[in-house]
Amino acid sequence: MPAILAIRDLRKSYANGFEALKGVTLDIEEGEILALLGPNGAGKTTLISTICGIIIPSSGTVTVGGHDTIEDYRAARSLIGLVPQEINLEPFETVWNTVRFSRGLFGKSRNDALLEDILRKLSLWEKRKSRIMELSGGMKRRVLIAKALSHEPRILFLDEPTAGVDVELRKDMWTIVAELKASGVTIILTTHYIEEAEAIADRIGVIADGALLLVEEKENLMTRMGQKQLEVQLTTPISVVPEQLAHYDLQLVNGGDALVYTYDTRGERTGITGLLNDVAQAGLALADVQTRQSSLEDIFVDLVSGDAP
Amino acid sequence: MNWTAVASIYRFEMARFFRTLMQSFLSPVLSTSLYFVVFGAAIGSRIDQVEGIDYGAFIVPGLIMLSVMTQAISNASFGIYFPKFIGTIYELLSAPVNFLEIVLGYVGAAATKALFIGVVILATASLFVDLTIAHPWAMVLFLLLTCLSFALLGFIIGIWAGNFEQLQLVPLMIVTPLVFLGGSFYSISMLPPIWQKITMFNPVVYLISGFRWAFFDTADVPVGLSLLAIGGFTTLCLAVIWWIFKTGWRIRS
Ligand SMILES: Nc1ncnc2c1ncn2[C@@H]1O[C@H](COP(=O)(O)OP(=O)(O)OP(=O)(O)O)[C@@H](O)[C@H]1O
Ligand SMILES: [Mg+2]
Repeated sequence: MPAILAIRDLRKSYANGFEALKGVTLDIEEGEILALLGPNGAGKTTLISTICGIIIPSSGTVTVGGHDTIEDYRAARSLIGLVPQEINLEPFETVWNTVRFSRGLFGKSRNDALLEDILRKLSLWEKRKSRIMELSGGMKRRVLIAKALSHEPRILFLDEPTAGVDVELRKDMWTIVAELKASGVTIILTTHYIEEAEAIADRIGVIADGALLLVEEKENLMTRMGQKQLEVQLTTPISVVPEQLAHYDLQLVNGGDALVYTYDTRGERTGITGLLNDVAQAGLALADVQTRQSSLEDIFVDLVSGDAP
Repeated sequence: MNWTAVASIYRFEMARFFRTLMQSFLSPVLSTSLYFVVFGAAIGSRIDQVEGIDYGAFIVPGLIMLSVMTQAISNASFGIYFPKFIGTIYELLSAPVNFLEIVLGYVGAAATKALFIGVVILATASLFVDLTIAHPWAMVLFLLLTCLSFALLGFIIGIWAGNFEQLQLVPLMIVTPLVFLGGSFYSISMLPPIWQKITMFNPVVYLISGFRWAFFDTADVPVGLSLLAIGGFTTLCLAVIWWIFKTGWRIRS
């Protein structure tokens, strides 16, 4: 299947000479959810803005649904919905008119039923007659989302959609994203909440200093880079690690109640069988065994700080 | 053409106008009345007639032009500056619309507002003086073209402006003087010969002269020249806007 979004060696230098994108190449399949992670100033917003036509790229190409975003911008842009990071809304206009304007601007004929449906899903229906300035910050962010959805995009960019949004609403957002995915919409979102990427993304991209460090299936990434910990709980606490187990680099935790063994899931041999044998050999009795996988957050921190292999 | 988009922009912009309809209506009525009291009564009692026309009536076309030009510029410049200022322009830049559609929406709305004010002033003026319009259709045409071309100029100013001061600067420092010196309140023939020559470099002279011809059938410059001037001015503004969107000047980084 051809990629619905194809980015080729995209570069952007701002007027002040700062190079915010240093040759980004990326393919996104139709219907997938890609989460872009990266520290502040990594270039996430710049990348999204360049795809959407707000920023002119210095070089490189972007095609959306096969349409070049510059040569054939009309066709390309009509597929895209954008929820910007900043809350940019006309303060004096009502919610309803603001959302209706977006639909019209994208050349779509009036469809009040659809707008009602979107506003209800985002819990904005009661507020449709309110002026934007009368809304709370989280509500304004939802208006931005409603605007982007109003013209039925095939690709949706969510630039930190859950920043400043309460936990409940964040969960609602995830539900909406899941529904959109089910209807075939491709979603690219940026976030600083790693659990969010972990919860909803199919693939994870990590960007830092204007370059994509990696893009990978979430599951793969977590197994490939993840470290697992095996915790061996003992029936009787011990004060020192027995001699026979010294070469395993074990940690004694919980006041001698348990041994923790850290291993890499990528390794050919995890060494677990050997360890468990040797533990028995050393005359220790096992009460229980647990494994723990490191979260995406740990992986991410390692990557960006350059510790990752 | 994405006409739905044009209509959406137009409607959204007009909504701003309707929110402040009373202001939009009252202020031209008030200022026109003041002009008549001051110019008509004070000066008119000394100047009686200009080129065979009652002075009170003579200043009506200039008065309308003065308001229409400044209103068209300030509406259009604010209309596009405001989205830039509050950031909503992102949506315009990411929408499947071309420059002509954006311009038609914004400039169309600004021109409509200016036209409305022109009509209000004409109506107010007719309460003070007897007005007969010699060429009604030409009057409408000149009025429309002026609204349109000055709204285009305003649009350019709005894109150029980096802050609110600059937004006010051009109308205040350039347009108002040109309009006042463009024969709004006097006939060019009343000036000393040297000023008659200099004044011919003022583009506004051609517009006011043409507009006045439509009312009274007398003009400072030939009507054809007036039309040519306003047509040329409109084309020039359109070309500049086309260039702005092509290069992204001041709107796309
Ligand atoms: N208009 C601009 N002119 C010059 N530099 C800019 C401009 N906009 C952004 N930058 C720089 O480009 C870099 C990337 O910015 P960008 O907004 O894309 O980061 P980001 O990944 O979205 O960060 P955040 O997580 O804080 O939103 C930053 O170093 C920023 O300072
Ligand atoms: Mg950002």
